Amino acid sequence: MREDTYVQQREHLAGLSDEQLAARFWALAEGAVAPLVELARTHTSPSIERSVLMRMGIDSRTCMAVVGECEKRALLGHGAGQIVLHCATTQQVSVVEAARRLAAGEAWDTVEQKWGAPHA
Amino acid sequence: MPDAPLKPNEKLDVKALLEGIADYRPRRKGWHWREPVADQKLGPFMYKETSKGLTNSVPLPAAHYFGDIDPQPDCVVTTEIASGRFEDDIRRMRMAAWHGADHMMVIRTAGQSHMDGLLEGTPEGIGGIAVTRKQVRATRRAIDLIEDEVGRPINFHSYVSGVAGPEMAVMFAEEGVNGAHQDPQYNVLYRNINMYRSFVDAAVAKHVMASVRMAQIDGAHNANATAREAWKVMPELLVQHAINCAYSEAAGMPKADICLSTVPPDSPPAPCMRMDLPYAVALRDLFGQYKMRAQQNTRYMESCGREATVSHVMNLMISRLTSADIQSTITPDEGRNVPWHYNNVHAVNTARQSLVGMDGLREFVKLDLDNPEFQGGVRELKERAVLFLEAMERDGGYFAAVEQGYFVDSGEYPETNDDGIVRFADGGVAAGTIVERADDYLAPVCHHFGVNHLPEGLAKPCDLIGGCTLCDVEKVPFTDELDPEDNVNVRLERTAELRDKGLITPEVEWAGDGIVVVTLFLPASERVAEFAALELAKAMNLHDPEVIHKQVMHPAEGTLVEVKGRLEVTIDPATLVIPPPPDILSADEVRAFVKEHGLKVVGATVGEDEHSVGMREIIDIKHGGLEGFGVACEYLGTSVPVEKVLDAAIEHAADAVLISTIITHGDMHRQNMEKLADLAVEKGVRDKLLLIAGGTQVTAELARGWGMDAGFGRGTKGIDVASFMVKALREKGK
Repeated sequence: MREDTYVQQREHLAGLSDEQLAARFWALAEGAVAPLVELARTHTSPSIERSVLMRMGIDSRTCMAVVGECEKRALLGHGAGQIVLHCATTQQVSVVEAARRLAAGEAWDTVEQKWGAPHA
Repeated sequence: MPDAPLKPNEKLDVKALLEGIADYRPRRKGWHWREPVADQKLGPFMYKETSKGLTNSVPLPAAHYFGDIDPQPDCVVTTEIASGRFEDDIRRMRMAAWHGADHMMVIRTAGQSHMDGLLEGTPEGIGGIAVTRKQVRATRRAIDLIEDEVGRPINFHSYVSGVAGPEMAVMFAEEGVNGAHQDPQYNVLYRNINMYRSFVDAAVAKHVMASVRMAQIDGAHNANATAREAWKVMPELLVQHAINCAYSEAAGMPKADICLSTVPPDSPPAPCMRMDLPYAVALRDLFGQYKMRAQQNTRYMESCGREATVSHVMNLMISRLTSADIQSTITPDEGRNVPWHYNNVHAVNTARQSLVGMDGLREFVKLDLDNPEFQGGVRELKERAVLFLEAMERDGGYFAAVEQGYFVDSGEYPETNDDGIVRFADGGVAAGTIVERADDYLAPVCHHFGVNHLPEGLAKPCDLIGGCTLCDVEKVPFTDELDPEDNVNVRLERTAELRDKGLITPEVEWAGDGIVVVTLFLPASERVAEFAALELAKAMNLHDPEVIHKQVMHPAEGTLVEVKGRLEVTIDPATLVIPPPPDILSADEVRAFVKEHGLKVVGATVGEDEHSVGMREIIDIKHGGLEGFGVACEYLGTSVPVEKVLDAAIEHAADAVLISTIITHGDMHRQNMEKLADLAVEKGVRDKLLLIAGGTQVTAELARGWGMDAGFGRGTKGIDVASFMVKALREKGK
């Protein structure tokens, strides 16, 4: 609980023009989101990876299964799209077919050859 | 093959919309703003803030006084529709579009935001719809037809929130959804989704939305609806808007597509306009480059539709005195139930009526920004928001601030009440699910946000896979409904008989729901009235009656009660006896007859009645009245005794007597008509005179029953009366 200390706290803002105040507001807002943006830039999530597979033309249930497998095998950081693309290339099938095989638990050997077996 | 265009006199064919749905593709993507028309002339008026008109619409009720003009305000008008069944919602969207809505917002059922993945099929939601590809596609297909029918593009909108945000964004981008709510703060605060997950997902979702120029609406307004004292969260609202705006831009969204969801926080009996205006101005000062989506206040909404409507009109006044790019509407029944068909239309009309009525008002009525209290209020809100942001920075940034309960605290910052929403970085739904992108991270698709180690020399990322769904819509897969019971075909089967046979039963939400409302004034105290109303509803054969509104008129004298119930009655229109609409002669035909034979009438407002408007509408040349057809009219004035009217008719050798009368409690209107008929018989002139009565409540049947030759009610025009007289005189051989 804190009393309204606006009058005491505002002193350093009193001298700012409206434009300067708005500039300060936006500089602070941009400063607040910068680390969030960096977090997003360098991280991914199951939903993000499913959204990649969707964009590759794969239906949602298959996306779910493939990403689930990638999570289990700690491969999500490489990108589920890359896993499917690699499988498609090595098996010489379409990405849609590759995803279907991976979702069915097949063809993971090609993936393991490149990225190694699942970490316990 | 494109769908057959809608015909205004035919219902939407829901089954046809589902045929070949797997192959349907959206015709366009991206948001559509209305096309403003400067100094638009419509009828006798000049408008300052209107846009291109519609080819089909239902104008405002009073429009028939103004040549049926239907000026469309400059801002997009939203309606929120989500009964849980899209097959019924699309019919409501069509109704709303005819009343000027061009932003159809489909509220999602709340539970879906915790589903880590997409739903498939179209199961029913409760108080909101389960948003699925099939539901979205069928709705978009219907909206494509509706927008052609009304002649203006319609924006389709839903939610890119919850734990499956990136997937929703992709699906929406693929399916031609034009706008969406996206605000990671909403997930964190109100849906308790892990904060890291929310922000990481949001950047990808926003980037995908931006790729198709979807408009984005933030979630800040929810703080209004949640905080105990909504007016105290204004500094925080500025902060929430800023975080989502700055984050969206960093994720690649153009400013022009970023809309702030802003609500005037207060409602009467608070002096709300005075409290809300400084906030509205501060917001527009700081966020001038973004779009304003003006939402209406729901925080203090009760079950009285009238009270809600008045509050909304005041909200609309703030929109007109400041600005709004999208004007949202809340149905006046939202305080009592999931919105009903006609309340969406009422809400859209509240906006249309108010915005058009206040057209150009700002040129005459300006905010007095030099008023020290007003100016000081604006400045103070901005400073409080800056203090909030400064403290957040000191305390470790956004995530730390959420952990410390900075948000939705009911104190006006820097005052705090320690009742804010607290969430933890390692807590919430889907905690611990984000993964760092590896050194070889790759996503071989377009419009992907963040680190992506694509090989060099690609024209576009999806060249790696021969095209992605955002570049080639034909690659989008379709999944039909998976649930054998809860699906649209089973639901449609239940109401097939109504549709196939064209049977009629009342409805408010869903085809065949049978719901009706009865308004009762009961001379009893509140609680007694409530229970008496339920018994009365049962006596009216209403099933499952429920009181949805009660309002004390006086603690002892009486209570207004509205009861809803289900009426299990179906009407086959083939069994109805409907009299044909009156056959009206053309103005030229009437004029020719009058020129050849002459036609003289005597008119008066009879009894103790000072109303002359109705009769003047019928007679005056400037209202298109009888004089305009060459009819000689003798108007005797108001409160004229019946005897005097008849004497004047005899003296002038009139062909017809026109009396105007209001319906009176003392039955005077009936007595006046009967007296006129009796006197005419007594004086031996009944056969020579046409006796005609008019008035707002008069019907042809009533008037004829009381001895008149004809009766005319509300909405009658001079031509209706002239046409009747000419036909009657012809029959008499004149």
